[in-house]
Parts: sequence; structure tokens; C-alpha cells
Amino acid sequence: MTALVYVPRDSSAVSLGADAVAGAIASEAASRKLDVKIVRNGSRGMFSHEPMVEVTVGAERIAYGPVGAGDVASLFDSNFLDGREHPLRLGIAGEIPWLKSQTRLTFARAGVTDPASLHDFIAHGGYRGLRRAIELGPDRVVAEVTKSGLRGRGGAGFSTGIKWKTALDAPARPKYVVCNADEGDSGTFSDRMIMEGDPFVLIEGMTIAALAVGAAQGYIYLRSEYPHARRALSEAIATACSNGYLGANILGTGKSFELEIRLGAGAYVCGEETAMLESLEGRRGMVRFKPPFPAQEGLFGKPTVINNVVSFATVPIIIDRGAQFFHDYGAGSSRGTMPFQLAGNAKSPGLIEAPMGVRLGEIVYDYGGGTASGAKLRAVQVGGPLGAYFTESMLDVALDFESLAARGGILGHGGIVVFDDTVDMAQMARYAMEFCAIESCGKCTPCRIGSVRGAEVIDEIINLRRPRENLEVLRDLCDTMKFGSLCPLGGLTPLPVLSALKYFPGDFGLTPAEVDFIGTDLAISTSGAVTTHAIAGR
Amino acid sequence: MDAGKSRNGGAGWGARVIDEIVAGLAGKPGALMLVLHAVNERVGFIPPEAVPAIARALNLSRAEVHGVISFYRDFRTEPPGRKIIRVCRAESCQAMGAVALAAHIRARLGIDFGQTSGNGDFTLEPVYCLGNCACSPAIVVGEDLHGRVTPERFDEILSAMSSPRQPR
Repeated sequence: MTALVYVPRDSSAVSLGADAVAGAIASEAASRKLDVKIVRNGSRGMFSHEPMVEVTVGAERIAYGPVGAGDVASLFDSNFLDGREHPLRLGIAGEIPWLKSQTRLTFARAGVTDPASLHDFIAHGGYRGLRRAIELGPDRVVAEVTKSGLRGRGGAGFSTGIKWKTALDAPARPKYVVCNADEGDSGTFSDRMIMEGDPFVLIEGMTIAALAVGAAQGYIYLRSEYPHARRALSEAIATACSNGYLGANILGTGKSFELEIRLGAGAYVCGEETAMLESLEGRRGMVRFKPPFPAQEGLFGKPTVINNVVSFATVPIIIDRGAQFFHDYGAGSSRGTMPFQLAGNAKSPGLIEAPMGVRLGEIVYDYGGGTASGAKLRAVQVGGPLGAYFTESMLDVALDFESLAARGGILGHGGIVVFDDTVDMAQMARYAMEFCAIESCGKCTPCRIGSVRGAEVIDEIINLRRPRENLEVLRDLCDTMKFGSLCPLGGLTPLPVLSALKYFPGDFGLTPAEVDFIGTDLAISTSGAVTTHAIAGR
Repeated sequence: MDAGKSRNGGAGWGARVIDEIVAGLAGKPGALMLVLHAVNERVGFIPPEAVPAIARALNLSRAEVHGVISFYRDFRTEPPGRKIIRVCRAESCQAMGAVALAAHIRARLGIDFGQTSGNGDFTLEPVYCLGNCACSPAIVVGEDLHGRVTPERFDEILSAMSSPRQPR
């Protein structure tokens, strides 16, 4: 009998040696004359256990991890192919509390199936959403997505259904569907994990969108930093094409949808949707003025649905299980689940899909287990490089759009980065400005000049050169960036800067009284930020 | 991305190569990015002398082509070293010691970000997130992604690379 062994091909698992582990298992099996089939699955996102090897025993999958190539011989010696005891044995994969306690809707198949296998995908519920979408027809699909309450998972949080409705109603032809796969936020990797671990679900979601709004051409704008995702997606697109799920006459509907991957070239700002459109059209990634919104005039001036990878990948389960099923999860106007990504100095980092509204502390402590270093946790940045820093006393904040906004933060793409007590928050604030200066597209002055000046002024404050006057300059600068920038890059950079200043004034050589003014300012920045962000999302 | 292809500093390109690449892609909407990626990958960089040919073929001005090349970090205008080492400098990696790691790598290679070592072995580049944040800090050596990289681990990667057992 052939033993089925899973070794992830996820790039993070590979970065920890998964390829060598797979190679060692193959050669060890050969030398022991054992019949072993190795499946390269995606990752389940439990990176403290990666490379995590799973063995099928009866109906169960027994996990071992973290496995190094040097552990493989001893795994064979212990008869791991029968699921036997070994110091690295973790038990039944799906029963590991870290995984079992999650609510995996979008990530239901990630790490479970072979991402290259259409058969696996369909056997685990894939393409049921597309089949139901074909039965429902465009109007009812759009209504269903709207009713589910799904809001964009890329950062802006705009209603996906309303966006689709705008494109559906737009008279111009042709229309396009574009997936924003330029996942540039530090601390985020959910898009990457979907593309590497369950690429068909993204293709299915985009196909549903295309049939709903009447588009025949789609693009996935993928960042060049993700070569593994590119390979997995290319394979999946080719397989979908040759099986009638992409290309002409999809599932006998008479509708066609072509899908092409386009690569970014290392510009963070191209994650902003209009800069992305410019890049797709072969130009510098310069942000466009809005309106018109892309759903009205987007790619090549035509109506374009733009969604993030996770947003598209969530649509199939919404259509399959119904809007209400998804809507039943969540808090306030943040419906459904969110794949949170825990990174940085976390003991057990990874992908945690949970209902919107879960507490930050649950993610950081219950899942994350505190800091990796064992030192005291000092700061947590939520929402990527443009997100606010939180202190340990603020970990009670609920992770949903409104609750975070009320505490001066953003949800962004769901990235959560933990810092221990060795962090210098003045340097992190300076870095936020520096990053904005490096990545600014240069179209608007507040972002282009403000960020350069911001880094200079923070240096002045840190070096105690007229700190009070320079603090005043920084405050003005942040205001100008917040309210005067064209897109969230300049508009939200003040968020990490001001939150670092407000909660960690000592790192800047300042007293709490000296940064007292931020109390209200950060609140103003919140509403300003939400506005810019919501606009970005249209 | 393997700089090995361009180890002779651009000898691999000629007008015919550019024509070939452009001919295969010119009909695509938004072709310039595709062309630049293809040249960058095949030649290892985008030779400034290739710009007029690209511009002509796509009916663009040289300024437009130059503008796009200069906008994106991926597009090089000089031949890189045989191996490109990219070090993530973003927040998650910083939280796990990326600043010290970068300092170690710069000292070890004797070059700063954006530079190529004198013997042409290495080019050091910054990168802002590799999506390997749960295994910070991360670097890419050639095409290989590495996670949880310490200064010691970097030295191991480096010596494994220069050992004759590793052809690449």
C-alpha cells in the first residue's frame, strides 16, 4: 500500500527547509524500499511547526513538526508512516488546538489539499460556488455578495457587493476583473498562502466576479517578490483552462473568461488600486485622482472590479453557503471572518482565521504565546506599515473595522506585528517616514516631501535639537500628510508615527505632557484616515 | 532573476535579443512592463542602450521608457553580481533582528545596499517584505528564500554557496 505523506511547498515552509525534508523522505523511502507518495500541500499556517509533515493513517492525518532533513531517518525508524510516537509527533493535524479553535472559511483547504490538484479542490467543495453562481445569474450573485456584508480584505474595507454592482451597472464595454495581489504590507502573507496553497479558490472567486459583472478578461497583478505564488497560480490557471473552468464557454454557459498574471516590479505603492492600474497599463505606478472610481473607469478606462486576493477567495464560500452563513460571523458592520496574520516577535506566529471582532490579545497571547524572545511585549503594530502601534494595555481592542478606528487604528490587511522590549519606537516612527519616502509615487507633495521632511524632523527630535519646535513641525507635517495626500500611503503614514509618539514618548526623549496634543489629533487622524481609506477602496 | 545568466556583464544582449523580446510581447495591452521584465530577466539588467529600441518598438518616447525603468526597484540599469542577496528591512523582520542582520551582512560582504562586491560575486539589495513574516528575519539569496536568518545562519548559507559541492 502506498503511504501518503504531505510536505508543504509553501514558500515559508521551504524557507525553513521543506524541500530538503521532502527530498530526504523520498530517498529514505527508496533506500528502505517503502512505497511513499509525497504530496506538496500548502501550509496550514502554523509556522512554529513548519516544516510540518503529515502522514495519512486511515481517515486521519498525523502531523510531525518542525521536521528537519536530519530528523527524517528517525521518523522512519519510529514508523511514522503508521502515525507512531516520535518526539516531533503533534497528533491529528486538524485537532491541534491552535488550528481547531480557528474558523476556517476562506482558508478551509489551505494546507489540506494539493494546490496543484483540481480533483482535490473539487473533492473539498471547490467550484460549488461557481456552479451556484451560474444558476443564480448576475443580479442575484451581486445581491448575495452585498448581503453577506463582505468588505474588502485588502485594507480599504469597502463593500465588495456595492463595487460589483457599480461595475455591473456600468454601460461601457469591455469590462475587466483585476485581482490586487501586490501584498506589500510587512507582517502579511494571507494572499501568498492562498495563492500557493489553494490557488483554485482565487480563480473561482474571480470567475464568479467576471460572470457577475460581464467581464471576459481578468488580470492578477502579482508582486514579483512572490515567485512561488506565481508558479502555483500559473499551474492552476493552465489546469482550469484545460478543464473548462477558464477560457471559452465556461461550464457550458457560453461565457468566456481569460485570466493572465501580470508581475509588479517592487513598488509598494502599486498596492494602491489606481497605481496598480497604471502599472498594468505599462506606466509608472502613479496614483490617479478619484473619482472616477475604477468600477466606473478603471483599467484602460473601462469598468473594472478590483479586489484583493482574500476578498475574491472568500466569495466562493459565500455563494455556496449563502450570504447569511457568512454574515452570521463577525461584529458590527465587519461581517464574516478575517485571516489575521501574526508575525514579528511572536512565539507561535502564523495564519489565524477568526471571526471579525476577536480581541487583539487573543491573537497575540492565546495563539501567539507572547514574544518569541521571551522578553516583555512592548508594542504591536496592526494593519501593516501604515497601521497604528498599540501598547500592551490596549490589547483588549477588538479586531474589526469600527473598533480599531475608535482606538485610533486600522485593520488594513490584517497583519499583526509584535515587538519586544528591545524595540526603539522612535526608530520605528522614523522608519515609517523613511519607508513612505522610499515608496512614495511622487505625485502629491504632502507624501513626497512630507515623508522626507518627517524623517529629518524626527532625527532632530531624537537628537534633542530644539525638540519642542520640531515637535510642532512634525505635528503640522502629519496634519498636512493626513489631509492633503492623494492616497493612503501619505495619508496614513502619520498613524504609526503619531501612535509611537503618543504611547512611547520616552523613546523620543519627550515627556507624556509634551505629546499631550496627540490625544485629540490621533482621533482626528482616525476619521481622516478612514475617509482616505474608504475612498481608496471604491 | 539568476544573475548568473549575465555574468559577462551584459554580453548576453544585443539588438536582436531586444527585438525578439519585443516582437513576442508588443501586441499585449500595457506591454512595456512585460518587455522590461523580460529584458531584465534575460539579460540581468536593462542596458541603457536598449531603451531607444524598446521605445521605438512600442511607439513610446525614450523618456517614457526611462521613466518606467527608474520607477521600479526591480529594473536594474547595471549588470548585477553573480548572486543577488536581498535582505528584508520591513517591520516584522526588524522585530526579529533584521537591523543587526543587515549590518552583519554588509560587513561580511564588504558592501552596502545597492552595491556589487569588487569580485562581482554579490549584489546586495534591500527588499520591503517577502511575505515570510512569520519566519522573520528573511532574506533571498539568488532564488532561494530563507527564514529565521541569524548572522551565524547567514554565514552558513554563504559558505555552503562557495563550497564546490554546490554548483550554483
